[in-house]
Amino acid sequence: MAEAKQRKPPTKKIPMREQDPAKRRRNFDEVALGYSEKEALAEATKCLQCRNPKCITGCPVEVPIKEFIDLIRQKDYMGAAAKIKETNSLPAICGRVCPQETQCEQPCTYGVRNEPIAIGRLERFVADYAREHGEPIPDVPSKNGKRVAIVGSGPAGLTCAGDLIKLGYAVTIFEAFHKPGGVLIYGIPEFRLPKKIVESEVEFLEKIGVEIKFDYVIGKIKMIRDLLEKDSYDAVFIGTGAGAPVFMKIPGESLITVFSANEFLTRVNLMKAYKFPEYDTPVRIGKRVAVIGGGNVAMDAARTSLRLGANEVHIVYRRSRDEMPARHEEVVHAEEEGVQFDFLVNPVEVLGDDKGNVIGMACVKMELGEPDESGRRRPVVIPDSKFVMDVDMVIVAIGTASNPIVPTSTPGLELTQWGYITIDEKTGMTSIPGVFAGGDIVTGSATVISAMGAGKRAARGIHEYLANRL
Amino acid sequence: MYEVKSKRALNPTTKMLVVTAPDIAKVCRPGQFVVVRVNETGERIPLTIADSDTAKGLITLVFQEVGKSTKLLGSLGVGARILDVVGPLGKPTDAERKYGTVVVIGGGCGTAICYPVAKAFKAAGNYLITINGARSADLLIFRKEMEAISDEMYETTDDGTCGIHGFVTTVLGDLIQKGRKIDLVFAVGPVPMMKFVSKTTEPPKIPTVVSLNSLMVDATGMCGACRVTVGGQMRFTCVDGPDFDGHLVDYNELMGRLNAYREQETVADTKWSDAHGGKK
Repeated sequence: MAEAKQRKPPTKKIPMREQDPAKRRRNFDEVALGYSEKEALAEATKCLQCRNPKCITGCPVEVPIKEFIDLIRQKDYMGAAAKIKETNSLPAICGRVCPQETQCEQPCTYGVRNEPIAIGRLERFVADYAREHGEPIPDVPSKNGKRVAIVGSGPAGLTCAGDLIKLGYAVTIFEAFHKPGGVLIYGIPEFRLPKKIVESEVEFLEKIGVEIKFDYVIGKIKMIRDLLEKDSYDAVFIGTGAGAPVFMKIPGESLITVFSANEFLTRVNLMKAYKFPEYDTPVRIGKRVAVIGGGNVAMDAARTSLRLGANEVHIVYRRSRDEMPARHEEVVHAEEEGVQFDFLVNPVEVLGDDKGNVIGMACVKMELGEPDESGRRRPVVIPDSKFVMDVDMVIVAIGTASNPIVPTSTPGLELTQWGYITIDEKTGMTSIPGVFAGGDIVTGSATVISAMGAGKRAARGIHEYLANRL
Repeated sequence: MYEVKSKRALNPTTKMLVVTAPDIAKVCRPGQFVVVRVNETGERIPLTIADSDTAKGLITLVFQEVGKSTKLLGSLGVGARILDVVGPLGKPTDAERKYGTVVVIGGGCGTAICYPVAKAFKAAGNYLITINGARSADLLIFRKEMEAISDEMYETTDDGTCGIHGFVTTVLGDLIQKGRKIDLVFAVGPVPMMKFVSKTTEPPKIPTVVSLNSLMVDATGMCGACRVTVGGQMRFTCVDGPDFDGHLVDYNELMGRLNAYREQETVADTKWSDAHGGKK
């Protein structure tokens, strides 16, 4: 203990520069600006280079964190990027949207006494460096003669594709939309994840051999079994992602200025409605917007509403701040930009005029009772607490249910009682031999990185399955 | 891919495009639709497949030019390419079985949309009565096509310039009045038309199916823009439909939701017209 006295006071992460909240709340440019080389070096230098690093145990895609940080210290940024890409096909994305605080940074040994090493920011730095300086295309092994079809080009599908290409498989992704990326393109807003970053990560995968077919809705134009039986793919991975939006089942939800977060964000992000009429897809925006829900999607919808010109944006959440599933950083960003939080409030009816426009939202106040099955304290209605919020637009961001297209068109595919696909937890294989699945279509709404972890697991499962059949 | 192979104006505001889409042509069934996006800045437009030719790999799209996006699509010439065509989407109409006597009702552009369905009813051995309605004679479309497959055909115009002076419901009401046995009514057209067809068939309890044209964005069940109340339940037109029990649809809500972007549609349309010599 004597030596503890000689220790320096706990250090903090080198801060990352951000756009000023007053300015950024009205533009779609990226909020976080990334580290400079100097900042990255200073942060990397703090890393202890542990003999038994704990950080990697927190990473669902097993990034060799210690090694890439060491390469930063040697100023070999291109080498650091290549090191990450050995296991993670989407580092510029992970560096931006992963909840590092509950993953790699959480077990960081340096973080026991200090703020942990800013692994996410360093990952972002090297990925951006590599992209901007023209990263070399790595050698991929010669083709092993096996072909894999991947359904959906979101984080799970892209990860699975990247891993399989590196193992010598021929990989084709079937994407329903006209652009690749899934939730990375339609869901996460430009100001949090610029679309050119997603495009360039996908381009990299295309350069190493991944083929993508757009406008292809598997389950409609072609069935899962067709891929195996008619098109003779050796295996299929289903990563179709989040499905149907969930509404609250309260009166007034069909009013025309009530939106699901999926619709609102898809119009703005994928279809670029914020550039209407240069782009043809419109979006409605109210003066006073209520966003229902407390997750990252709710934060994205609230912050997007501000940027489209809403005067006042409220997050309406039935529990309290501590129970919000959103990342702390997203909540802070939203608050800095002026989003107001109405905790312990639950909507009971959306009120409209005769044209279908929202003119208010009736709510009740809640208090926290005993913990429920999720371990969070159950919100209970306070009697006689009904009041009307003065809003003219409502966005519902309370999650999604399973999309029916693949499940209902694939006989023999075993599903959970909620319609999600059942898999073998170890291999990712479904009840149909050779058909694997992962991401939100298995777990329900979760994070980008957990979907990527599932894509990686399935790639391994597919490799084992096909190796045994050689 | 998605090349415009031929093009025809069916009336002053309705165009027909035959488009190369072999994979879709191979599997599409009557009542299904596609989503098209004309160019990089374009909207996703849901359009019912009016016909398909598996051997030649072609699908036929019929649409009314009502705003910027449909005018842009209508401006494409033969040889032009549509950037994206996604489909076939939605559930097919349950038309490939025998009901007995089926009345297929098309209003305006809806006639083209119900043509493949009518053809399927006929092929399944049903006695096919068709009612083709429009505001006036020059707006009636698919007359020959319908005639060729109908056992009995009626045409109506609101102004009496062709066929029976009146609405499609005038004929339908007459048939019911005369005691004709009708086993199924299938109607596609403007929302008020589908609403009144359903009102006409409700008292005699004739099963009635309507194909809805809700606004859509992704059209694969993800966004909920197309939600419609059917029998008190929220349903998504893109994946649960587009066909629903006509007696259970909340038509007033549907009409309201179809007008959600009226203001923006006017902005886009005016911009288009200004750029194209004031031709609205």
